[in-house]
Amino acid sequence: MNRPARILEADDLARMLRRLAHELLEANHGADDLVLVGIQTRGLPLAERLAALIAEIEGTEVPTGALDTTLYRDDLGRRQPKSLHPTEVPVDVAGRTVVLVDDVLYTGRTIRAALDALNELGRPARIRLVVLVDRGHRELPIRADHVGKNLPTAYGDRIRVLVEELDGQDAVVAEPGGQEVDR
Amino acid sequence: MTAIATEPAPMPHLLGIDDLDTAQVVRILDTAEQLLPIATRERNTVPTLRGKVVCNLFLEDSTRTRISFDLAAKRLSAEVLNFSAKGSSVSKGESFKDTALTLDAMGVDCVVVRSGSSGAPLQLARYLDVPILNAGDGWHQHPTQALLDVFTMRRHLGDLAGRHVVIVGDLLHSRVARSEVQALTLLGAKVSVVAPPTLLPPQVEGWGVELVADLDEVLPDVDVVYLLRVQRERMHRAFFPSSREYSRLWGMDARRLALLGEQAIVMHPGPMNRGVEISGEVADSDRAVITEQVTNGIAVRMACLYLLLAARGGSDAEEAR
Amino acid sequence: MSIHPPAVTGRGRILLTGGRVLDPASGTDDHLDVAVAEGRIVAVGPDARAVLEGLDETAAGGGDAPATSAGHGGDAPASSARPGRDADIEVVDCTGRWIAPGFVDLHTHLREPGGEAAEDIATGSAAGAAGGYTALCAMANTNPVCDTAAIAELVWRRGREVALVDVFPVGSITRGLEGRELTEIGALNACAAKVDFFSDDGIPLADSLVMRRALQYATAFDVVICNHAEDPDLTAGAQMNEGAMSSVLGLAGWPHEAEEVMLARDLILAGGVGARLHVPHVTTAGAVALIAQAKRSGVRVTAEATPHHLLLTDDLVADYDAVMKVNPPVRTSDDVEAVRAGLADGTLDVVGTDHAPHAPEFKDQEWEHAPCGMLGLETAFAVVNTTMIATGRLDPLTAIARFTTGPAAVRDVGGHGRGIAEGEDANLVVLDPELSWTVDATALHSRARNSPYHGRELTGRPVHTLLRGRFTLRDGQVAAPADHGQRTEHA
Repeated sequence: MNRPARILEADDLARMLRRLAHELLEANHGADDLVLVGIQTRGLPLAERLAALIAEIEGTEVPTGALDTTLYRDDLGRRQPKSLHPTEVPVDVAGRTVVLVDDVLYTGRTIRAALDALNELGRPARIRLVVLVDRGHRELPIRADHVGKNLPTAYGDRIRVLVEELDGQDAVVAEPGGQEVDR
Repeated sequence: MTAIATEPAPMPHLLGIDDLDTAQVVRILDTAEQLLPIATRERNTVPTLRGKVVCNLFLEDSTRTRISFDLAAKRLSAEVLNFSAKGSSVSKGESFKDTALTLDAMGVDCVVVRSGSSGAPLQLARYLDVPILNAGDGWHQHPTQALLDVFTMRRHLGDLAGRHVVIVGDLLHSRVARSEVQALTLLGAKVSVVAPPTLLPPQVEGWGVELVADLDEVLPDVDVVYLLRVQRERMHRAFFPSSREYSRLWGMDARRLALLGEQAIVMHPGPMNRGVEISGEVADSDRAVITEQVTNGIAVRMACLYLLLAARGGSDAEEAR
Repeated sequence: MSIHPPAVTGRGRILLTGGRVLDPASGTDDHLDVAVAEGRIVAVGPDARAVLEGLDETAAGGGDAPATSAGHGGDAPASSARPGRDADIEVVDCTGRWIAPGFVDLHTHLREPGGEAAEDIATGSAAGAAGGYTALCAMANTNPVCDTAAIAELVWRRGREVALVDVFPVGSITRGLEGRELTEIGALNACAAKVDFFSDDGIPLADSLVMRRALQYATAFDVVICNHAEDPDLTAGAQMNEGAMSSVLGLAGWPHEAEEVMLARDLILAGGVGARLHVPHVTTAGAVALIAQAKRSGVRVTAEATPHHLLLTDDLVADYDAVMKVNPPVRTSDDVEAVRAGLADGTLDVVGTDHAPHAPEFKDQEWEHAPCGMLGLETAFAVVNTTMIATGRLDPLTAIARFTTGPAAVRDVGGHGRGIAEGEDANLVVLDPELSWTVDATALHSRARNSPYHGRELTGRPVHTLLRGRFTLRDGQVAAPADHGQRTEHA
């Protein structure tokens, strides 16, 4: 038991990302005023890939940044502190459409923290959320605008998105929790 | 950002650099690196420590250090409680332990302690169940000063492994020197010391430093000249004859500045004695990074508070997304 | 800690049987019975029981039969071999144990008068009894200072009232320990307490002229001058032994030279005027060498090792627990080795505890604000046994001499530190040299808790202590102080 199961392979991810890029462009009526902001750490390579796809589709270079939410989390002290990663957005977000990109949407707490962190950088016209996997179990009233794949899971399960840039491969794997997990 | 192979062990307290390993020092520096932009941007607070109470227990005057910790805590949205008391507890009829238990009863989440008594933070850590952050104790340790110094060096020089730092002056009475040598050693730097023999700690060779007789000889080889503050009152206890003789033999002046290599920097923990250990020309030259040390100090202290307080009480629950 | 009323049996007829008698006065190291009656040793050897029994008949015939002599009822069979006699004689099985003269401590801080929050003569005497001591020399740094006959007699009498040990006051060398005017040494020597040992304790007599005059003056009475060997200029602000540890810990160092410079001066001055000098708590290799040299050249010097300087080293200061703060400081392992060697070869004549209780509120200060001193009475034998005897550095007989005849040769302590022989006061200790125990500072008899050995396992412990034939410690339990307990029989 507790053997990780591979749910999606590299080509699945590639197809999903291409679809997400199209959806984004369709919803935004093009690439104007878009800023892609990847949530550290795996949201960042996904945002960069989406930017590359948009460039390929639209011929437009969309500014891409990174956002670290650690300092805005509400679960401080409940676990060992995470290493901090850079927050770098190359343009002023004021008046633009910021697209937050993350790998997995789960309780919604990371996105809540990301909204606060983003707020410190300026006042965007609107914020959209793109996630590769939505696994349910929301604890906050947050939903994604664009979802790569809905993956119903048990609460304690662990869903991991692996990306070539950080993990050496593209895949989505599930690790059954098998026991109660401290919330 | 450098990935660390193994996750550093959590720190229950920050009492001295000698409690840390290299991975823990690197994590503090890396964390400070991420916090530095926050400290300097327009909206310079983050909500990280909202609801936490940080007590600045200052049993010895030090406005600079207290303000730096004050700012660091406030930028992390912690509440700051300033508790200043000069002299020993016993002069007020209570024990140091009583003072500690009073803080405990007030329910603070972290104590930043400055004391003229070596070891006081270690004692406090025995009496209290919250993280203790040593803001300087006697001649013993001043870990955040050393961390902000190596942070500043790293920003100028990159990796400190193999770099050469010379520490000049009153090592005997210096808590900074003890922490500094340990931090530099952990990061792989070579440390030399130059001082009047009366101001060298006993058996200083045991610190893993190289004793240098002549400051002029070592200057061309070093990446950093670290000058320690010389208390003028030391000459009255026969440590050295006069500030004039001191500055001639161990002071950093324009002539000595010219002996430095092109990349070398000059540092000082402040407050400086201009004209004694450092001449005005050196202090005001572009080689001196002394004000930068002060700015970096806030980010480093934020990092320490974050790592101490964010780690508390936690089980390693699965990361909630 | 429990205190029981002193036991009184059969008019104090006690037979210590099966024990190994260690009597440095006669050089005896043999398994012998020891008979005690009426506060004195009445026989040593195979006939001890018979002598006691003979005494019993004499006592009974004299119409002085004790109330507890149940076996003497008129209907007891007259033909019984030893009718009822054992009931009157307390037979103490000492198999596997050592029987030694009661210990004498030349260096105890009983804190009374003035420091009763840390210790008083009753609690300090109880600690002494628990440590196997029958005589304690109370240091002069009380408040008021023991610089008059009135204070000396008060301390001496209080010791007699408590009656767990005999207390011999130490007079100060100078009035108020101020290092200037001499105490009335003649008056103190002539008073009921017969003070013949003078010390300003922790305050070194720095003025060489005053020291020389004190030594000269002392020769008129042949009393002993004991000066804390420390050059105070060299130890200004000192917090611990100077060395690698003080360097890292950022504490001002107490250089070994400070001890040796002052000691050298004192040895030269004492030699010059022919006075008797006692050197307390010797801690450095250099100091041991200086004393050895002075002894060879005929200086009338005696010297002391404390248990803590035989065991503790300055690395124990690392966590700044002020329980390790002491003056002179705990030093390096090389120094410990030198003190052990000095005690073994007789350069150091006595083990003195420098038992120095401090109330917790003073020890719970920052290191630099905490006072110097540590408890020692109840652990002294265990430390010496563990470090010196069990390691083969010192044979048991010589080790016992350092606790008994050694100190008794330094000053007059009456019937203490003498031989285990017929006619001597029954001041005795029965020791279990094999007993391993873990020191619990909260379970000691001192009022204070500043034992540096808390949590440490040591081997060897007194089981019984007898002060003039009365159990002050019986089976590890200390008797109640005479004036606090219910004891009336011998009041």
